[in-house]
Amino acid sequence: MERALFVIFALTAIVAALNVLLRRHPLHSALALLVVLGALAGLYILLGAYFLAMIQVVIYAGAILVLFLFVIMLLNIRAEEARLARRPFLRWLALPFALLLGAEIFYLVRTFEENPVPSGTSVGVTEAIGRELFTTYLLPFEVTSILILIAILGAVVLARRG
Amino acid sequence: MGMGVVVEAVVKIVIVFGIVLTCLAYLALFERKLLGWIQLRYGPNRVGPWGLLQPLADLLKFLFKEDVRPTTPNPILFSVAPILSLVPALMTYAVIPFGDRIELFGREITLYITSVNVGLLYLFALSGLGIYGIVLAGWASNSKYSLLGGLRSAAQLISYELTLTLSVVGVLIQVGSLDLVEIVRAQSGTYFGLIPKWHLFWYQPLGFLLFFIAAVAETNRVPFDLPEAETELVAGYHTEYSATKFAMFYVAEYANILAVSALATTLFLGGWNGPGVERLPLLGVFYFAAKTAIFLFIYIWLRATLPRFRYDQLMRFGWKILLPLAFANIVFSAAVAATAG
Repeated sequence: MERALFVIFALTAIVAALNVLLRRHPLHSALALLVVLGALAGLYILLGAYFLAMIQVVIYAGAILVLFLFVIMLLNIRAEEARLARRPFLRWLALPFALLLGAEIFYLVRTFEENPVPSGTSVGVTEAIGRELFTTYLLPFEVTSILILIAILGAVVLARRG
Repeated sequence: MGMGVVVEAVVKIVIVFGIVLTCLAYLALFERKLLGWIQLRYGPNRVGPWGLLQPLADLLKFLFKEDVRPTTPNPILFSVAPILSLVPALMTYAVIPFGDRIELFGREITLYITSVNVGLLYLFALSGLGIYGIVLAGWASNSKYSLLGGLRSAAQLISYELTLTLSVVGVLIQVGSLDLVEIVRAQSGTYFGLIPKWHLFWYQPLGFLLFFIAAVAETNRVPFDLPEAETELVAGYHTEYSATKFAMFYVAEYANILAVSALATTLFLGGWNGPGVERLPLLGVFYFAAKTAIFLFIYIWLRATLPRFRYDQLMRFGWKILLPLAFANIVFSAAVAATAG
């Protein structure tokens, strides 16, 4: 049962990810990305990481991707495409980046050590995540929040100038 | 997992769906009747006694009307959008606790479909997904009114979702669980044998107010119904929809209203709690329904009394008033929780 579900979610994620790349229209790509995020959330649930799965949908699907759609619908995408078409060498950048990503995945798979979480533990539970976030990882957590604050300030400055 | 568990789950899902869909049909009638009374009219009273068969007539009309399609470059998205808006709305009922548990046929049966330890997050995830149906409907209709309605809705939902999410953090601090069943259990009992231990009374009145205002905005209802402001946008995102597809948006809107009312009951009004529930658990379902009905009434009351916000007012209200208040409520709740132990 679990294996079947894994295969379904994984295949969905891969097919949708290919669609993100291959679709012509940016809106269709964004929708394919939505499917990828949903399938990943399914995989997280299979791993017992319920909190992560739900946060994934709330943040990425519920907020960030909606902003993507918003931008796609409001802006004139055709102009952007024309700008890209004038610089064909940008296309060739894809090759080194793909190689880099491939090497990264290869390295990760080679050095991967199977270290399964014993069942019945509370690693994926909200309380455990909160505890870790506010003790072990307090500094990175606070630094991230400052980073987000700076981004907000930057957005305000840019909006005022325009 | 035994066969009995599966059968039990399926039976519960079927029953909940049946009851919820019936309630939605009669919620539409209730709204028209109540609006009529408030405006000194009778409301629908031709089909059946007191117009009680009106929902059935409406259903038949929706099913047999011609399905008009606009010329659009996205016919598939046009058809999928209503489904995307209806499915998340109906999925919310999987975690809403209607009652505690009862003994039936020698089995202990819980009066909710399932109880997950991230229940509240699950609901927020679904409410986030509900945006897609509206936005895509606006986009796929290939009409400027629909597109504007869809975009307005996206902006409004993102803005008020922040307040909605933050307003329940106070409750979470108090209960220490995202599980809706746990949240209801925490509200059982009374203070001094008189005031029930609902979160509404025990230092979450502000959280409750923020939650309800944000919830009205999230369901696109008056006075926050800008996505379908008929004087400016015809009907907003569903201008081009007709027949069954329009019915889906219609049902989705009522499903969201009912879900949000049920959620407000669960989080702030003690869910199924009430006098005598310990001895007679089935009574809890009636308490739950009665409390939810209060919210439904307020929803329609608002619609009959308040004018619509202007768009800039809506945004200013959401970002400059509601959101800071929601943050203040979190700080306050944390402070009280810290001092009270």
